[in-house]
Amino acid sequence: MVAAVFGVIRAHNLFVVVMMGGIYSFLMATVMVALDAVDVAMTEAAVGAGMSTVLMLAVLGLVKTREAPLRHSPVIPLIVCLLTGGALIYGTIDLPPFGRADNPQNQHVAPYYLENAKKETGAPNVVTAVLASYRGYDTLGEVTVIFTGGIGVLVLLTAVRRRGEGDATMMRDTIILRVVVKLLLPVILLFALYVQFHGDYGPGGGFQAGVAAAAAIILYGMIFGVMAARAVVPQRVVHTLIPLGVLIFAGTGVAGLLLDANYLDYSPLGSSQKAGQHLGILIVEAGVFVTVASTMLAIFYAFGGRAEDALADDETDKPDDWRRE
Amino acid sequence: MTDILASVNYWVTIFLMVGGLYIIVAHGNMVKKLVGLGIFQTSVYLLFLSPGKILGGTAPILAKEFELYSNPLPHVLILTAIVVGVATIALGMAFVVRIHEAYGTVEDDEVQELETDA
Repeated sequence: MVAAVFGVIRAHNLFVVVMMGGIYSFLMATVMVALDAVDVAMTEAAVGAGMSTVLMLAVLGLVKTREAPLRHSPVIPLIVCLLTGGALIYGTIDLPPFGRADNPQNQHVAPYYLENAKKETGAPNVVTAVLASYRGYDTLGEVTVIFTGGIGVLVLLTAVRRRGEGDATMMRDTIILRVVVKLLLPVILLFALYVQFHGDYGPGGGFQAGVAAAAAIILYGMIFGVMAARAVVPQRVVHTLIPLGVLIFAGTGVAGLLLDANYLDYSPLGSSQKAGQHLGILIVEAGVFVTVASTMLAIFYAFGGRAEDALADDETDKPDDWRRE
Repeated sequence: MTDILASVNYWVTIFLMVGGLYIIVAHGNMVKKLVGLGIFQTSVYLLFLSPGKILGGTAPILAKEFELYSNPLPHVLILTAIVVGVATIALGMAFVVRIHEAYGTVEDDEVQELETDA
């Protein structure tokens, strides 16, 4: 991981930088497994190593791939960074040691969640229970942030269509890739659904499943072209689904209100508290899934679509516009 | 010896954080800056996750065989943070694309020069 960071600092070819970033994320995911954070590791592997890398490669199709040499001396930033690091390391002397169960951060609410999550929500995966039920407000907020981020990208990249310069090479003509992708596609989608609905019992949930499902379509789009992916999942559907997921989440909270409970309290939705919580978690996770998957797809369409437009423009060799004076 | 190793997880975190910070501050290329930002972000994930690990514990999925579980709370916080992280990176990338369209470069020095010339 450390080597990968140095690689990112040293490399000037941006392709190398991005691939190093991907390797780094994957290593980070394995570290997370070692730290018992299986849910998080799954997300990091899918998002960090998968989505971000694809996204950055799509951007590299649009901009220059070599970094200009540094103009300033890197000494001052280096000193500042080393000072910051030194101060932080000095601060670690007072922090509690690694891995003890009696550390203060492991004493507060965590034991309560571990003891009561199964009794109160019926979900053995405590992470899912906390995510969707105990801290439902947090998650609703996060989903809204993702929603906002997706809208931001759409506003920036689709409002005005200008031509970019660059060559995005989509690997459309490689028969091996085409066959492999067609074989993999249903498996990935099935896996996403499994992760979605098994999230109460094993690692997984709406976030991971959403990214996995989006990854399947994105893979298809990378091989067969963004237009083909748009034919499978039209852009309009994606744009409708982004707010729909947030609405499902928020609406579940309102349903609780109407049934004489607090906002985002799912207990009255079922015959017993446990059944209600279980149903609530399932619905909320479905909302998360819808928003995450469609936002990722929308972002991919926005970036990938630009790259293809640029490619198409170059091919048709239209008369130069005002930008090429 | 165990005392020294007791906070090694924080040192790794700090190294990654400082490395990311250095990339953001010292490099002018905006794509590289965003990769640095990503590294900075993952160091924060580690900062949250590593104190939640309990030695001898297991992943917080309840089963009869296990007694000791790691702290589930940081996992929840970081899970959402990762997905939000990719949304912010995507937003940053969208800005990079637009800046490249407007100025023809993604180096912040060159953008600044073009601005002062204009």
